[in-house]
Amino acid sequence: MSLEFSAEVPTPEGLSNLSPSDRAARLSDIARAVRRSVVRMIDSARAGHIGGDLSVTDILTTLYFGVLKLDPAEPLAPGRDRFILSKGHCAAALYSALALRGFIDPALLPTFMKPLSVLNGHPNRRKVAGVEANTGPLGHGLPIAVGSAIASRLSGRNWQTFVVTGDGELQEGSNWEAAMSAGHRGLDNLCVIVDRNRLQQGARTEDTNRLDPLTDKWAAFGWEAVEVDGHDHAALYELFTRPRSGKPLAIVANTLKGKGVSFIEDRVEWHHKVPSAEQVALALEELR
Amino acid sequence: MNAPVAAPPATFDCRQAFAETLIELAKADERIVAVCNDSVGSSNLGGFQKAFPDRLVNVGIAEQNMVGVAAGLSNGGFVPFVCCASPFLTGRALEQVKADIAYNGYHVVLCGMSPGMAYGELGPTHHSIEDLSWLRAITDLSIVVPADPAQTSAAVRWSVEYGKPSFLRVGRTKVPSVSEGQAEPFVFGKANRLREGSDLTIVVTGILVARALEAAEALAAQGISARVVNIATIAPLDEAEIIAAARETGAIVTVEEAVVSGGLGAAVAEVVVRHHPVAMRLLGVPGFAPTGDTGFLLDHFGLNRDGIVRAALELRG
Repeated sequence: MSLEFSAEVPTPEGLSNLSPSDRAARLSDIARAVRRSVVRMIDSARAGHIGGDLSVTDILTTLYFGVLKLDPAEPLAPGRDRFILSKGHCAAALYSALALRGFIDPALLPTFMKPLSVLNGHPNRRKVAGVEANTGPLGHGLPIAVGSAIASRLSGRNWQTFVVTGDGELQEGSNWEAAMSAGHRGLDNLCVIVDRNRLQQGARTEDTNRLDPLTDKWAAFGWEAVEVDGHDHAALYELFTRPRSGKPLAIVANTLKGKGVSFIEDRVEWHHKVPSAEQVALALEELR
Repeated sequence: MNAPVAAPPATFDCRQAFAETLIELAKADERIVAVCNDSVGSSNLGGFQKAFPDRLVNVGIAEQNMVGVAAGLSNGGFVPFVCCASPFLTGRALEQVKADIAYNGYHVVLCGMSPGMAYGELGPTHHSIEDLSWLRAITDLSIVVPADPAQTSAAVRWSVEYGKPSFLRVGRTKVPSVSEGQAEPFVFGKANRLREGSDLTIVVTGILVARALEAAEALAAQGISARVVNIATIAPLDEAEIIAAARETGAIVTVEEAVVSGGLGAAVAEVVVRHHPVAMRLLGVPGFAPTGDTGFLLDHFGLNRDGIVRAALELRG
């Protein structure tokens, strides 16, 4: 399987010297490669969560290739930045980013969800370098990220912690326990990004268990809360790297579930539907 | 002249040994932090908080977040001791214990404080009689139930070195020491044979060990030789000691301050049926308790000398 991955692994260091527009263009190229990889992995596995993978791709790409201080040669370096994908069902996007970033051998990607593959349908840190937490049950990533942010302070190593949650996932109460404690502690080394695609497995979030006004909720819990276009690499980069003081940062990233593939975008049935061979070809064509 | 009356043995709250050992270890090991849920007092963490104010992470009344935060602290290089009343740690945060700690393999010490029926009159919502059953179903999580202060202290030391997820059941019910004469009070994965015997074996854990020893004494007066085995490590179980008990004594009574569906008795039975089936009696808490203090409830459910003797006599028929 050709992944069309560049031989030269893009890194945040490499991107930091580019102009904002060149950086965004480069991130856009990488994001397309991640999306193509996601489509191929799900085609190969005949399973997966394609809608959420495609909605979170630009957030993951901006973090892994523009922001996170990581070293694939030392994936457990004590002072590394931490990234936790709380919506662990979007593992295909995470694995694709980790492969492009040099943590996973790209040759493993076609084994996604196959018997005995290390690439489980939800990520496992004990099997895959670069994974920080075994997520899957919803509402677990943010509390772990709060612990990581406290550890960063206590240790004096001052790494940054980023966590991506789904939006439907915020219906789990454990998130708000964690939000309250992060706000109380003023953990300004912590950033949560909500992949706000407004769809959950069965229906629209607002028709199921309303989340809006979502930024107000985060603000009420003591966070700096902002909204952004979750597919705008330049805007995401600016928010991720903006200096913070005194409060954790909640970014409600407005996204399209299925972003980049016209017949998947914003359609609830594509939460975990698997495209046909014809649809795979169409999707890859759109993502060229 | 009256015969001298033996003074009752001194009894101890194991939380004190727990806290003293934790503070001692934390002085030398900066990785050790405590995480709690507004339970500084009930977990006896006041001294720890005074000595290491920055290393006491009190998340408030939020057990799911508490366990997740501990996972994140472990990810960040710390060794968290999560101190929380056992019913809420193991019940409210069970999925976090499974997914965040055990499945991740994070070196976190989950300390189920005041377990069993330690909260007596507060009732079944505050009792933790299900914890051993729930946690034994979680792989990659070791379960340790110290019986006295010496075992508690040794278990805390072990848990820091262990490097993997563990659960310590730390009692508040006052107990006498049962470690006298033991070369080592606690060795992970090893049972302590506290009394030799050939007619049956009483396999017991936690605060009920002293009562099992009393029962063995009473049985001896009736000419029955009862072995007493203290199981401080519920998982992984010392299977060799259980098999030896079945082969050499031919009958087993298990005693625990917990439901018997899935706890110590079930663990022992699983080994016995595989290797050397013998008759057994499983003593534990049969249901939600009525109102009463801990001592009353233990007696009410026959978790005392007479209840154990009765079960032993039934077994020996």
